[in-house]
Amino acid sequence: MTHSAAAEAPLASSPLTYAATAIRRNPTIFAGAVLLAILAAIAIVGPWLVADPFRQAPINRLRPPSERFWFGTDQFGRDIFSRTIHGARVSLIVGLSVATLASLIGLCVGLVCGYFRRIDGIIMRVMDGIMAIPTILLAIALITLTRPGLGIVIVAIVIPEVPRIVRVVRSVVLSISSQPYVESAIAGGTRNTKLLARHILPNTLAPLIVQATYVCASAMLIEAGLSFLGAGVPPEIPSWGNIVAQGRTFFQIAPWSILIPGAFLAVTVLAVNMLGDGLRDRLDPRLARRM
Amino acid sequence: MTAYILRRLLATIPVMVVVAIFVFFLLRLAPGDPAAIIAGEDATAAQISAVRTQLGLDRPIFEQFIVWLGGMLQGDFGTSIFSNLPVSRLIVQRIEPTLSLMLATLAVALCLAIPLGVLAAWKARGFVDRLVMLFAVLGFAIPVFLVGYVLIYIFAVKLGWLPVQGYTPIREGLWPWMESLILPSVALGITYMALIARVTRASMLEVLAEDYIRTATSKGLTTNRVLLLHALKNASVPIVTVIGIGVALLISGVVITETVFNIPGLGRLTVDAVLKRDYPIVQGLIIVFAAAKVLVNLLIDISYVFLDPRIRY
Amino acid sequence: MSLWRRASFLCAGTGFAIAVAAMVATTTAVHAQQKVLRAVLHADVRTLDPIWTTQTIAGIHGMIVYDTLFGNDEKLNPQPQMVGKYDISEDRLVYTFTLRDGLKFHDGSPVTTKDVLASLKRWAVRDNVGQRLFSFVDRLEAADEKTFRMILNKPFGMVLEALGKSGTSVAVIMREKDAQTDPQQQIKEAVGSGPFKFSKDEWVPGSKTVYLKNPDYVPRPGNERASFFAGSKFAGVDRIELVWISDPQTAMSALVNGEIDFWENPNIDFLPILEKSRGVKLMKTGEFGTNAGFIRLNHLHPPFNNVKARQAMYRLINQEDFLRAIIGNPEYYKVCHGMITCGTPLASDAGSAMLNDFNPKKALQLMREAGYNGEPITVLAATDHNTITPATQVLIQAMREAGLNLDVQSMDWGSVVSRRAKKEPPAQGGWNIFVSTMGTVGASNPVLHPWIGAACDKGLFGWPCDAKIEELRTAYAFAQTDAEKKQIARDLQARAIEQVPYIPFGQWDSPYAYRADRIEGIVPNTGLVVLWNITKK
Repeated sequence: MTHSAAAEAPLASSPLTYAATAIRRNPTIFAGAVLLAILAAIAIVGPWLVADPFRQAPINRLRPPSERFWFGTDQFGRDIFSRTIHGARVSLIVGLSVATLASLIGLCVGLVCGYFRRIDGIIMRVMDGIMAIPTILLAIALITLTRPGLGIVIVAIVIPEVPRIVRVVRSVVLSISSQPYVESAIAGGTRNTKLLARHILPNTLAPLIVQATYVCASAMLIEAGLSFLGAGVPPEIPSWGNIVAQGRTFFQIAPWSILIPGAFLAVTVLAVNMLGDGLRDRLDPRLARRM
Repeated sequence: MTAYILRRLLATIPVMVVVAIFVFFLLRLAPGDPAAIIAGEDATAAQISAVRTQLGLDRPIFEQFIVWLGGMLQGDFGTSIFSNLPVSRLIVQRIEPTLSLMLATLAVALCLAIPLGVLAAWKARGFVDRLVMLFAVLGFAIPVFLVGYVLIYIFAVKLGWLPVQGYTPIREGLWPWMESLILPSVALGITYMALIARVTRASMLEVLAEDYIRTATSKGLTTNRVLLLHALKNASVPIVTVIGIGVALLISGVVITETVFNIPGLGRLTVDAVLKRDYPIVQGLIIVFAAAKVLVNLLIDISYVFLDPRIRY
Repeated sequence: MSLWRRASFLCAGTGFAIAVAAMVATTTAVHAQQKVLRAVLHADVRTLDPIWTTQTIAGIHGMIVYDTLFGNDEKLNPQPQMVGKYDISEDRLVYTFTLRDGLKFHDGSPVTTKDVLASLKRWAVRDNVGQRLFSFVDRLEAADEKTFRMILNKPFGMVLEALGKSGTSVAVIMREKDAQTDPQQQIKEAVGSGPFKFSKDEWVPGSKTVYLKNPDYVPRPGNERASFFAGSKFAGVDRIELVWISDPQTAMSALVNGEIDFWENPNIDFLPILEKSRGVKLMKTGEFGTNAGFIRLNHLHPPFNNVKARQAMYRLINQEDFLRAIIGNPEYYKVCHGMITCGTPLASDAGSAMLNDFNPKKALQLMREAGYNGEPITVLAATDHNTITPATQVLIQAMREAGLNLDVQSMDWGSVVSRRAKKEPPAQGGWNIFVSTMGTVGASNPVLHPWIGAACDKGLFGWPCDAKIEELRTAYAFAQTDAEKKQIARDLQARAIEQVPYIPFGQWDSPYAYRADRIEGIVPNTGLVVLWNITKK
């Protein structure tokens, strides 16, 4: 590995050249990462710079994009540009929290399943049960269960995503534990924690990260879908899903109110997916060939 | 084989039980009260509580569960709180539109995605491949309802070629039926196409690298024959698997597509019932969806036997 | 033949086969000759019993299938409908009604006084106006198959208005066996004597409701001009299909594309597009708006158990802001600083000064004086309603900007409806504020007005409690002259504005949109949409 990298990048002393090589070798990761970095910057810094996204001015309702309102205004006369920038924050929070939570829970449950074979059957039946219920229906039902809020939406998307991760982790654990070197380690009396830390966890990490990027992308789309159906985050919160959902009534008279935030959503999901694809090719060639 | 199917069917029982328990308690813990909704806009508290008693919603939740489960076992899904009609009837009259939409989507997706995937694999790393892959990545990124609105605007409102909304049952003529399905199935199919095209391409690439394909090519078989007879057949197992995963995806997509195109299918029924807290319908539907999904998985496992002679049960 | 080609032939061939079969099939389409009216209304028919529920849509369904003794005309005066002739005694205590000839239910049985008495009794249990009327009814008696008498113990002045009441819980006449259903239970069959029959087999709740022409319907003789619910009714088409389209965008496209003929409540923002579409026309439904918006305050809990805090809220409400956000075009909305529908005979400016004093800074100050110290105010915010949702958003923003501390509880409309019925303190699952809308026809009359009431525990959510308001409402029902009625309405409005049962934020008109190239003869009606008398070209 060291050898081949050195061979391909003989001038590795210059960080610029090294970066250039990295980009050439992994253009998708690079493109995805750059796009995401930009969006993340917008999400973090943007809200400080733009106008108040809650400020209503009914006199200015449904104005097309102009110098004053870059992305136009919505039915309350709120500035869509500023709402879209705030929306980046909400959507990324949803995507990242769902991916993180689902991965962590999925990892723990998956490890338990792969490791303690006795309760594996029960847990997997429960997972099958949750998986058998369509994601969006489960989420709608969960959201109507409690008061809608960002937290509830996140939880409602996490629950149906967990079983998918559990399956991935569990299958990795099972295949790793049947490897001769792991079996011999077990026979040799290696402690569970050590076994976990040294052999199993590192191997699950790559597929887990790849899976997490897909979960992240689908979470953002599901959030938009839930808002569309009127069961998402509270309508006053400027999430992209909400902006699009509220703008849909005006699609023919104010297309900007739906197309611009929609495009932001699409580009973000695209960036996450590209990053995921690139990582998968890089980290997990075996999986890459299957997908 | 029969023994395998039986075993698989038995294994679905615990899954269905989990689903049943989960769904029932989830809904009953929800804060909404169907009695208040059904009693109407100006109903007084006394009227609402009378409705609640009449619907049996004031009884202990556990008792309600037993009653419902008992009914289910006898094939009785209960009665809709709002329309007073049997849930089974409401579900049955909605199956045709949803099934049609799913089949049409499947047809659109397969007829376009598999050739695209094969093409991309054949011309791997070329311009066509890049284009197909770009489409595949984009297909995942655009929300279904956005695609739906744009399609309606172009093909129905501006050009007037196709109906905007609704569903025409197949018994009223094949063309009206198909006409009502074209836009929704394309809108819904885009995500699905993207998924299948990717998997087709990937598994084709894997198979094309195998020795026997090289042998076949060197024997002088035509490219078409190699691609389709040998490569595609051997690549079909992962493709079929992903079709199965896609059915799950479709069920979720159907909910939104049916809303945009106003198709009176199961997805719409579910959303309406959840928002109106018509518990018996939601319970019945989720059981039906779950059962359908379990069934599809079973069918797919069985199809492996036919596609890949190495697999035996 | 190569497999590649074989596969593509398979796909193309299937398509071709289906297309051919399709053409064959279309030539044998069944409904070709029938005249079908396809209408999209504001909601979907889900419940068949218009007495049991107060849902407006159930009222519309009821008016299609059933008939009523009286029907109010466009001046809101009751006119006989099923009743042929009637007589009121000198002392206004005995009403004698005789049914018209030839009235028959859809199952073929004649309409008799037995059916009428049973129906009125069931209605009187469920409906507020019916309850009020029947509290003054001594007895009902049938003289014969066609004539019956209503004997009062006090000269209640609104007997005919109550019988011809429009809106929800209309006194429709059912078969005796249906009307004997426990008023707390839904009826199972929708068999009436109206111009259309309900086709239960074709009913798909959540999607489509179908009515078939009733060939045996006998309209009022003399071809009386149709006006609201009065006048001669006839079935102008063979079949009415109420198509439920929840997405307004889709509904508009369907109308423009000619897939539907009639749309009850197009969004005002769509009107410019609809006006430009070929074949589509708009129709205003009457002299005054169709809907009025209001903000309901909970009188049971702080801060709004204090009348000063309730009055302070008036200063926060600039009706224009609300109306612009939900309607947009000023042609279709009207600011109304009153509680009796503006533009109707009883409307006045009594007490309106208080409603016309927009001053957010003063609002906070007054709230403070009323003892408000920044405690959270719980607002129930609907997420899925096309007018209530935006109106709530405007309210929330106005309250926040004024410096009030809000606890916004977002939920679907269904959850709002159930939570608003809870009397507990906000922290224990109750509430302080919700936003809703009401029909303007009911709100034009002190007795029929559902939200002006202040009957304490027995009243509607929010439970305003004021003996004076209730006294005035009762007094109105016994008023003899128009001048007397007007004076009572003035006094009532002034008193109500002082007590703040709710805060109005204006009224608006939702015109009908329809295909003028396909249908004609729509009877404008501000109360409930009327689908009889429409013919298809």
